[in-house]
Amino acid sequence: MTFVNAVLQGIFLGAFYAVLACGLSIMFGVMRIINLAHGDIAVLGAYVVFFIVEHTGVSAFVAFAVALPVMILLGYVLQLTVLERSLKAGILTPLLATFGLSIVIQNLLQLTFSPDVHSLGSSAGLITTSSWQVTSGLSVSALGMVILVVAVVVFGALQLFLSRTRAGWMMRATAEDADAAELVGIDSRAVYARATAIAVAIAALGGLFLGIRSVFGPLSGPTQLIFAFEAVVIGGMGSLWGTLLGGLALGVAQTLGAQIHPQFAVMAGHLLFLAVLIVRFGGGRVVLRTGR
Amino acid sequence: MKVQRWTPMSKIFTGGTVVAALLLASVPLVFDPDVVQKLTTLLILMLLAVMWNALAGYGGLLSVGQQAFIGIGAYGTVFFADQGVSPYVAMLLATLLAGLISVPISLFALRLRAAQFAIGMWVIAEVISIIVRLDQNLGAGTGISLIQLNQYEPNFRQAYTFWLALAFAVIFLAALFFLLRSPLGASLQAIRDDEDAARSLGVRVVARKRLLFVLAGLGCGAAGVLIAANTLFIEPGSIFSVQWSAYMIFMVLVGGLGTFEGPILGAILLFAIQTTFTQGGPWYLVGLGATAALFALVLPRGLWGTVEERLGLRLLPVGYRVVKTKGEERAA
Amino acid sequence: MTLLRVEGLDCRYGLLQAVRAVSFEIAQGEIVALIGANGAGKTTLLRAIAGAHKPLAGRVVFDGVDITRLPAHRRVSLGVALVPEGRRLFPGLTVEENLRVAASRRRGRWTVESVLEVFPLLRPRRQMPAAGLSGGEQQAVAIGRALMCNPRLLLLDEVSLGLAPVVVDAVYRSLAGVISEGATVLLVEQDLTRALKVASRVLCMLEGRIVLEGDSKSLDRDRIVSAYFGLRRAV
Repeated sequence: MTFVNAVLQGIFLGAFYAVLACGLSIMFGVMRIINLAHGDIAVLGAYVVFFIVEHTGVSAFVAFAVALPVMILLGYVLQLTVLERSLKAGILTPLLATFGLSIVIQNLLQLTFSPDVHSLGSSAGLITTSSWQVTSGLSVSALGMVILVVAVVVFGALQLFLSRTRAGWMMRATAEDADAAELVGIDSRAVYARATAIAVAIAALGGLFLGIRSVFGPLSGPTQLIFAFEAVVIGGMGSLWGTLLGGLALGVAQTLGAQIHPQFAVMAGHLLFLAVLIVRFGGGRVVLRTGR
Repeated sequence: MKVQRWTPMSKIFTGGTVVAALLLASVPLVFDPDVVQKLTTLLILMLLAVMWNALAGYGGLLSVGQQAFIGIGAYGTVFFADQGVSPYVAMLLATLLAGLISVPISLFALRLRAAQFAIGMWVIAEVISIIVRLDQNLGAGTGISLIQLNQYEPNFRQAYTFWLALAFAVIFLAALFFLLRSPLGASLQAIRDDEDAARSLGVRVVARKRLLFVLAGLGCGAAGVLIAANTLFIEPGSIFSVQWSAYMIFMVLVGGLGTFEGPILGAILLFAIQTTFTQGGPWYLVGLGATAALFALVLPRGLWGTVEERLGLRLLPVGYRVVKTKGEERAA
Repeated sequence: MTLLRVEGLDCRYGLLQAVRAVSFEIAQGEIVALIGANGAGKTTLLRAIAGAHKPLAGRVVFDGVDITRLPAHRRVSLGVALVPEGRRLFPGLTVEENLRVAASRRRGRWTVESVLEVFPLLRPRRQMPAAGLSGGEQQAVAIGRALMCNPRLLLLDEVSLGLAPVVVDAVYRSLAGVISEGATVLLVEQDLTRALKVASRVLCMLEGRIVLEGDSKSLDRDRIVSAYFGLRRAV
């Protein structure tokens, strides 16, 4: 029973990782870049929610709704200032530039909010504490269920967006051949900016869940980035549904690892990630696929 | 037209470098241990910058995980010293250990590209850090002292560490210098310019990159050894910190990615900044991160690369240059 | 009335100067063939007109508007469409998605339905990913995709490349339908006979320059061949 419970908790944890990884996967799928500041942007999202909660006393979810437009705007700004420039300059430049950005965000957060850790758990209402005891060894937490459902909804909505809407086709077309997309009238700069805005918004959602599940501090970003990237790689780079599965696999690996030894949790995830890298040998498909 | 390697300037400067190294060797005889410790830090930074540049600037491999080898060097020193060998022998063994471990890591890491390599290396560093934390004999998560060095009188100890740092810096700089000047250097240049074309011409790309990777593993291991010897206390949280990668990236980007002299300049700059803003703290790091990002976007060749480009300067001759002979100049 | 005017256009690919001081005009409703040996600069010239290649110097004026600095997608919205060399479809998108993604705000004769009428072979392939199509079908999608923005100037780069002769015939038959709608066309074509048959005027490029220009009916075939290969008597 403890095994089944561990797997179940792993799925809940993995759904959280999938949400964190989703934006990273979109940006890689559309622009072939990995944003090394992705984890810090998620944490920044958590801080924006925290800031609103502190000053107004509203619930974390209401605060997130307020924070969302801010984060979307931030995504556009990020694309137009940093990423667009770096895209033109070769494969190392986006990594270098976003790594620099990551250090900037971490330390600006530290300056603004002190190095202390915070949590959004108390402002998220009953959801953080409720759970159903299915059997003695098996419990389903309300928060876990909410995150899992939200993750599936987010990925499903993205799938619909990419396969059913014109904006979605434009994004896929640009991902496949930006040059040809321009020639049929698609403004690739605008598509890239939209992709980044979506990615940042979903990263902020990941930040919200991070804050409700546990605690976060100014330096929490890099760990979130590593987990998110592991989920993306385990699921297959460029595959949207793969990222959801990759996140779940990572979560399950971590909770099963924790069964062996508490300190082995993160290690088990790392080992799964490295194993996948070894098996795939780093080749891999790099085109945004939508699972049809 | 003729192909030229040495310019009068580079002859003078290369000679000057040798003299400078000899002068530096006398530092511990002249200055306070305080100063000696600071200069040791400078040499460590220099070594790190040069090694990171060897990977990224000459191999196109952007690693965010070189702290793995720094940690192996530092913890290796403690481990071997605990086994009863003399601490200085332990330092050499730890350096070799870092180089040795880099070989199996390279077997798979070099198959990864760009972001996969960058974050893959980072995860490897995390894994090694977790392994160290699990080992009670290495102080687990709380850290451990290199007590064996306490048998030496502090002034001598500081001098020995400085000389070791100087020796490592000279050895690794020279190794890279001669590597780049050898026929291997030309094939590395080819890989950097166009990896696929180089491969189709029969350049053994992975083998060449492995050479750089192992060199950087040894060099970062040596830096880790020196950090342990210079600070006498290490803990996994800081020795395996990604902060080291941030420093390396800053030094190389500001100095000049892919230039031989640039990382040395970058190390001197970072050292100057660190000694000026002794408080450190977030603002200093905000500045470092923003500067690195700006250089990547606006001045990708760094300070040195830009100077070199504008003035045609070449102080340490690692490449060749094509010079017009007099007759051709007249014809043109 | 002049629809397109190119003035002193210079284009460079790295160190190679692909287009040198090219100037010409195309009137509304004209069908012009751009011919020349491989590497003469035809594709670069077409890409520069479409906005996919930044020229070094010179101007591109479309319908009286200087479009030299406009990005490709803005030119499309003005009515300049290129069917690029190698077709460049979006392989993961279905045929219909490939067409509809290109639909612009410019209303006109062309819709998914009317494109499928001209290229009936695509109708059964509508929901298939473009990657799974045959060469001829892909070319039809590429042309249809360009038509979807209701272009006033259609640039066609080697639409017959890599296709079987029968398929080329079919593609040109469909094109004839498009052309009869009154479109203005600048097309690159390797097959001289075909080019002379379709076009009313011929531009011949050699080493980046236009070396011969004239009415396709009145031009002596020998002169064209000489210009094509750069034989002395042409100059």
